Amino acid sequence: MRRTAIALTTAVSVVLMLSACSSQPPAQEQSPAAVSDGTPAPTPAPVTAQGVDPYSLAALKDPNSAVYKRSVFFDYDQYVIKDEFRSLIEAHGMFLVKNPNIKMRIQGNADERGSREYNLALGQKRAEAMKNALMLQGATEAQVEAVSLGEEKPRCTESNESCWSQNRRGDMLYTGEF
Amino acid sequence: MNFRSFLIAAAWLAAASAANAQLSIEITGAGANRIPIAIPDFGGDQTIGHSVASVVRADLERSGLFRLVDAAGLPSGDAGLPPYADWKARGADALAGGRVAAAGARYDTRFRVYDVQKQAELGGQAYGHQASQTRLIGHRIADYIYEKLTGERGVFSTRIAYVVKTGTRYELQIADADGDNAQTALASREPIISPSWSPDGDKLAYVSFEAKKPVIYVHDLTSGRRHVVANFKGSNSAPAWSPDGRRLAVVLTKDGRSQLYLIGVDGRGAARLASSPGIDTEPRFSPDGRWIYFTSDRGGSPQIYRIASDGVGGTERLTFEGQYNVTPRPSPDGKSLAYISRPNGSFLLTVMDLATRQTQILTDSVKDESPSYAPNSRMILYATEIGGRGVLAAVSADGRVKQKLSVQAADVREPAWGSFAK
Repeated sequence: MRRTAIALTTAVSVVLMLSACSSQPPAQEQSPAAVSDGTPAPTPAPVTAQGVDPYSLAALKDPNSAVYKRSVFFDYDQYVIKDEFRSLIEAHGMFLVKNPNIKMRIQGNADERGSREYNLALGQKRAEAMKNALMLQGATEAQVEAVSLGEEKPRCTESNESCWSQNRRGDMLYTGEF
Repeated sequence: MNFRSFLIAAAWLAAASAANAQLSIEITGAGANRIPIAIPDFGGDQTIGHSVASVVRADLERSGLFRLVDAAGLPSGDAGLPPYADWKARGADALAGGRVAAAGARYDTRFRVYDVQKQAELGGQAYGHQASQTRLIGHRIADYIYEKLTGERGVFSTRIAYVVKTGTRYELQIADADGDNAQTALASREPIISPSWSPDGDKLAYVSFEAKKPVIYVHDLTSGRRHVVANFKGSNSAPAWSPDGRRLAVVLTKDGRSQLYLIGVDGRGAARLASSPGIDTEPRFSPDGRWIYFTSDRGGSPQIYRIASDGVGGTERLTFEGQYNVTPRPSPDGKSLAYISRPNGSFLLTVMDLATRQTQILTDSVKDESPSYAPNSRMILYATEIGGRGVLAAVSADGRVKQKLSVQAADVREPAWGSFAK
């Protein structure tokens, strides 16, 4: 009986840990209506047989679209964008070009190790690296703000490398999503 | 520690932990040569007399520089000369005796300090106060005794600021240096970091994420009002006061990378202080205002540098050992620099003698952060982690005296020790 209880507790904590570490973009919690707050937004295109218009706001919510994912992950103490995230950056850069009135805030993050203020600066460098890559795609300075949350808003709170790697991250959020 | 003072200390700790979100202090190390001192309950009004003496005893003992001697049954000398021979036989080198006279709702508390060895009075003071000020009077008396017997100013009547995280709630709290009397200056659902006391002790600068990005505020603790100092495009962080209290050194990213700026406390006149190809952050003025110490990765790894605060002259690198030296905090006496190093994968509180550049690691923990000197430069308060939970700890600048300050079921971090009481 006692053994069962312990096993159950373990199973529950594994589930909790998995959900805490899931890589769902935080943008999913936002409602589509909120996106238009404050900024003239493009009209959502009707869904066609081929799926949504890749440059409409609806694309941001479509799991099959190239701009659905928002997170770029970094190596320890690094702020170089790895090749595997180039296509994601290109898709969002193009989205910003096609929607000149929409704005983006990039939130850079760092893992928990070391000084809070230095980690804030590391998160900033990651966000700036993403911003620069988006601007190379044609996004404008007025459209993109790079900020940092440092180690203060971890997506995953365990003290191990698989968790830390989730937290060394930049998130691209559009108007209404932050 | 004798049995009686142990009981008093135990009762005090129990009272401290009973209150919600109260900092409790545990002494985990003491100085090698502690001064044996006797502090009997003050005469006159028994309730106030006991309370005042208890605060004085707890303060002095917590400093790690004093050992309490059993005071039961001997006259303290609050009426006439103390029986020096009897106190000497108890092992006391020093004695403090006092008396509390009630006059309506007010009290008159006076005390004297004696050198038992020399059989001489060292001085004394008198205070008029209300019952609600009993702890404050105790701290003032402890400061006086501490200064008479050690030659340094005491810090018992100073205040500390820190951030308590409970679940997703963040509170910026202010407490007396003994953790008592904690008050919340700001509560938020978003993180608060880097609190920093104004030199006059009336205001705190800090970074709050309530706008979903780091913004610098200055918060007047008397009025409870605050204003935005820096909310530029990008991130705004790491505020540090100039010694005259008129400007802040801050880190802004409005021109790209995290770089150092000076800005008026009113938020006007932001001017670039230094320029580097990498990260510059964590600025701190030297107490004479001449230098600004900061962390930079301009050399490939985070190291500590300093630059003249008027921007004239070059930048000098101060740390060379290891790949990670961050969070420089010059001591108020200008002689030392506390910072965090990572010699073997652990983040450790370290001090550098600024004259000789010799360094000493003061702790054996794993995750030290955010050192903050007491205004007399003797103790360093810092954040660390015990059992996965954030606690504050304090260590004397020589590494001998150690204390732990924790809040039950919460993370405590980002400590900042305030200036001397006015």
